[in-house]
Amino acid sequence: MTSAPPTMPRLRRGDRIFRGVSVAAGVVILSVLVLVAVFLVFKALPALDPSVHIESTPNGFLAFVGPLVFGTLFSATLALVFATPLSIGIGLFISHYAPRRIASALGYVIDLLAAIPSVVYGLWGIQVFAPFIQPVYQWMSDNWGFLPIFEGPVSGTGRTILTVGVVLAIMILPIMSALAREVFLQTPRLHEEAALALGATRWEMIHMAVLPFARSGLLSAAMLGLGRALGETMAVAMVLSPAAAVSFKLLTSENPSTIASTIALDFPEASGLDVNALIAAGLVLFAITMVVNSFARAIVTRQRVKMGEN
Amino acid sequence: MGKIIELDHVDVLYGQFLAVEDVSLTIEPQTVTAFIGPSGCGKSTLLRTINRMHEVIPGARVKGDIRLDGLNLYGDEVDPVAVRRDVGMVFQRPNPFPTMSIRDNVLAGYKLNNDRNSKSEQDDIVESSLKSAHLWKEVKNRLDKPGGGLSGGQQQRLCIARAIAVRPRVLLMDEPTSALDPISTQAIEDLVSQLKNDYTIVIVTHNMQQAARVSDRTAFFNIAGEGEPGKLIEFDDTSVIFSNPTQKNTEDYISGRFG
Repeated sequence: MTSAPPTMPRLRRGDRIFRGVSVAAGVVILSVLVLVAVFLVFKALPALDPSVHIESTPNGFLAFVGPLVFGTLFSATLALVFATPLSIGIGLFISHYAPRRIASALGYVIDLLAAIPSVVYGLWGIQVFAPFIQPVYQWMSDNWGFLPIFEGPVSGTGRTILTVGVVLAIMILPIMSALAREVFLQTPRLHEEAALALGATRWEMIHMAVLPFARSGLLSAAMLGLGRALGETMAVAMVLSPAAAVSFKLLTSENPSTIASTIALDFPEASGLDVNALIAAGLVLFAITMVVNSFARAIVTRQRVKMGEN
Repeated sequence: MGKIIELDHVDVLYGQFLAVEDVSLTIEPQTVTAFIGPSGCGKSTLLRTINRMHEVIPGARVKGDIRLDGLNLYGDEVDPVAVRRDVGMVFQRPNPFPTMSIRDNVLAGYKLNNDRNSKSEQDDIVESSLKSAHLWKEVKNRLDKPGGGLSGGQQQRLCIARAIAVRPRVLLMDEPTSALDPISTQAIEDLVSQLKNDYTIVIVTHNMQQAARVSDRTAFFNIAGEGEPGKLIEFDDTSVIFSNPTQKNTEDYISGRFG
């Protein structure tokens, strides 16, 4: 018999299993991402070769994807412009103004908005919202037409980029206001009481303690909303009457289209290299979304460092 | 100058739970009054009723009258926001606004009332408040740096400067040194003795030596047991409370037999 040196007890079985499961989960998500990227790049490459002629991109790939990138960014930005103030207001109302019972009911209703499929938003946009808003567009163009963005001729159907912006705003509202509410609720009591004890009214307290604390959280909420609006396909494809135009005019029927909706609309008809061109456009969208997300991540991290442990 | 505070049969409730029962006492202007007693006896709760911070907690309410120079703070037409501008407060943990500079922290409350003041007037307020809080020398060269970068004791003095920049009549301090080291504690205690020339000060403390050092009058609170309301047991000159209390209960607490 040899006397073995005393050893530390090995990891318990439960710990080892759990570690295995969580490592596997991490590996799966990373490999899915890599596989998607590889697929996109491989399928996109043929369309990027300038020497081949593709029917759907007669002037080269960049001329094809450029207006789409513009439309994607423009519609998503419009959505963000509408949704950001609204979601901050909703979040503040739920976290700091509403009586508790109303607050939780309202939070629940807003979460329900997130459960509506985007096809339904699209239908609502075409059938209800666009006809309803068209006279308003006419009025805006008549009265504010001196501003280039409101210039006519006004679309007769109301299916303009502005309508898309509003529909997208409603679609990203649930996630943004839910995040805003969470961030507001996390404001340290200590800071709120500091403001109140100085004789701040409720609004002054929010301005002094809640909003500065929430800034980075609101930024990431906005970026998340932006990410969703960039990739939204169905609602845009249904509502927008597209015309690969690069234009800031909000009310005309000459609207820039978006990448995702173009892929959805053109894919069924595409064949051969046209398919590769569409996939290449998808790759561009993938890249844009990735840049937006990492930008948001960077801002949030920097803010967190600045705020210290408070 | 400081104001006289009168508590008249004050009950403090959280919903149905009676936290403090039937407290009556009078706090003279320009004095330091200490509230002492074991944990859970309601001394902080009572303190927070004097600037109506108590009602920030949902369900919390107060019965009875609290008068500031004769004006009932709980009268129907009284705005709690106005009360808090007259009655300043310093909290247990230093809570400067983390995103604001030292200068903006000092001016945070002041600007609520006076937003049209010139920069030089603001500079004067910053300097005089920080001097009153014994912090000026340490921070005068970095007023634009964030308040969160100061040490704990400096942060607490910054909070005092912020409170007195509003020019209150009364200063409430809720265990202001319990999160601080002994040297910072000493600095705050020295400051309290200075500030009483201008303000009526009420200080809640767990530290009996601190009460003995800084206060003129001491109120001792106690509870009969878990779930029972806190009550005022004895209120007298600090020297009397610590040398010759009339209540057995006070003597037991002072001499460390419980609490």
